[in-house]
Amino acid sequence: MPPADAAVISDLRQRIEGIGGIAARTKTVLPFGVPGIDRRLPKGGLALGALHEVAGGANGAVDGAAAASFAAGIAARTGGKVLWCYTQADLFAPALAQSGLAEEQVVFFEAKDEASILGCFEEALRHGGLSAVVAELAGLSRVSSHRLQLAAETSGTMGLAVRRWRRHVDARDFGNPTAAFTRWRVTELNSAPLPVRGVGRARWQLELMRCRGGESADFEVEACDAQGFIALSSDLADRSAATEAWRHRAAS
Amino acid sequence: MPVAKAESLFADLVIMDADPSGDAVALEKLAIWALRLYSPIVATDPPDGLVLDIQGAAHLHGGEAGLISDVIARLADLGITAYAALADTWGAAHALARFSCQTTRIVEPGGQADALLKLPIAALRLPAEMTPDLLLLGLDTIGELAAKPRAPLTQSFGPKLFRRVDQAFGRLAEPIEPVESPALISVQRIFAEPIGAPETLEKYTRRLTDAICDRMEEAGLGSRRLDLHYTRVDNRIETIFVATAKPVRDPKRLGRLLCDKIETVDPGFGIDKMTLTAAFVEPLVPKQIGAQYSAPPRPDVEELWDTITNRYGRECLYRAVSVATDIPERAVKRASPTSTEVGSKRNAGYRRPQRIYRRPEPILTLAALPDHPPRAFTWRGQRYSVLCSDGPERVRGEWWRNDNEKGKVRDYFILEVDNGERFWAFRAGDGQHEGTGSLNWYLHGKFD
Repeated sequence: MPPADAAVISDLRQRIEGIGGIAARTKTVLPFGVPGIDRRLPKGGLALGALHEVAGGANGAVDGAAAASFAAGIAARTGGKVLWCYTQADLFAPALAQSGLAEEQVVFFEAKDEASILGCFEEALRHGGLSAVVAELAGLSRVSSHRLQLAAETSGTMGLAVRRWRRHVDARDFGNPTAAFTRWRVTELNSAPLPVRGVGRARWQLELMRCRGGESADFEVEACDAQGFIALSSDLADRSAATEAWRHRAAS
Repeated sequence: MPVAKAESLFADLVIMDADPSGDAVALEKLAIWALRLYSPIVATDPPDGLVLDIQGAAHLHGGEAGLISDVIARLADLGITAYAALADTWGAAHALARFSCQTTRIVEPGGQADALLKLPIAALRLPAEMTPDLLLLGLDTIGELAAKPRAPLTQSFGPKLFRRVDQAFGRLAEPIEPVESPALISVQRIFAEPIGAPETLEKYTRRLTDAICDRMEEAGLGSRRLDLHYTRVDNRIETIFVATAKPVRDPKRLGRLLCDKIETVDPGFGIDKMTLTAAFVEPLVPKQIGAQYSAPPRPDVEELWDTITNRYGRECLYRAVSVATDIPERAVKRASPTSTEVGSKRNAGYRRPQRIYRRPEPILTLAALPDHPPRAFTWRGQRYSVLCSDGPERVRGEWWRNDNEKGKVRDYFILEVDNGERFWAFRAGDGQHEGTGSLNWYLHGKFD
């Protein structure tokens, strides 16, 4: 593309964003630190003042373990206080620290029903004192997701909706459109075999199913480390040290 | 009795000057003490008594008998010997506490007439000069007085005599003028025309909040709890309250917390009085605001915690603090969101699952004893074959908590199955000794 055209297109993009009412807050992004993923996202990362959806694939749609871990990693890297809302009390809090979300950083809200989760989610997003709010939800209608998105835009707090359902059939709901900026699906994969007995670092099939201003993509990644960073997984199973080299090559 | 005579009767008599005004002040203090502990309506009954209206408050202290014995016991702790009586009327309770010769006396509802008949007329709270005259007429007990024709006695003693009798028997109402706690900051607004629309309620709620914040600022206090009473025209009182984690006197913030709850108020035919009271206050000194050279700081999250706890309840918002224990069920305790408690790092180095099942779920396994992980297992009707595993991590029962856990063992394994899911499973028992557990296998969690 000639540079003149590129300038025109970027100008048009900015004007469209202005019409769409996307506040300046959404312009700051949180990169994953993995060039292969960041390149696929507009402005090179997850928008901060925006709502993002995460769900588990296969059995993960019901237990939401990997989705919660992925969300915890993102929330941890926003750096401030995090509110975690849920109705099903099966979250094991010490595990969040392994995804980078320290114990001091997170406050939990145990709700009786989904309506109070939505209310609390919106209130917390609108307040602006938190850096991210995570809510485990089953249903998320278009209207409520739009409210959440507007609340996130006004304050610059990142909203992460971890979608999980009581039954597998209900997971069809994930196909319905919402106002979220991005939609992710995390499915557990077998970990890379270790040269010794044991279970290696978890690996996920990470699907970017929907992305406003970007295209969908698939990644195979290694689960969050203790700082909340994911990494692209190495294809060469017995050479996990090669991940770094692969990352550099992908970046160049 | 002259002092000299008294000294001759008791060898170690302690003599003090009477201090009626000091006694009155102390009695007032005691009334406020009772107001905070027992009942919203308490008054002094000078020179030596307190009167409590315990209608609707007795159940908080284990019924009428429980309340009375509690009062007596607490006063005894303070070094005060007290007598108490409970009756339908102030007059009857006053008389029985002083003249029934019992430490506590409870009269059944409607039974005060029988209880009073035998008591002397001095029990009737009559003016001091009236009692000797009545005694002169040969009237010793309340029963005798009540049986007399009223007209001649009223002519010579005035209407007060039989008013007291009627009050004691419950034929005439006698209001109690309650003491008010002096430390309580309270503002009130009375409406000429009853109000009922939510917008109007909100408007006046905000005005009252502004007023009470001014009052608190003068006193250098911040509120921890505000009570707002809406008195309706049919004399019912609708109450809302807000509590905060730290003392606050920001009218905007308190107004928002209160207005959040207005929807729970039923105005009925209208509200003609609003009273806003700072029920708990703490000192709050003004704070120097920072210079605005850097980026504006994020808003205070405590405000958000207050909003959420006032709307959804105090216990639903918490911080999870790790406990120094190996047993997963006890690994976390809840602390308030503002607490700065630091959790234990005892198990920080071990992999822990994202999800944990409240009750470990039994699975059917194929596993070699004594300490091999299962090769395959069946859970919820589905069969999984294990590709690789990690473990065992042995967790011992905490015998100091209860006897059932003594000698019990769980061996935890991380199991990765063929579709990539990772589970946390354990075997009850060490695989060799029957006493350490049932040797059954359970799933306890799911990894990311």
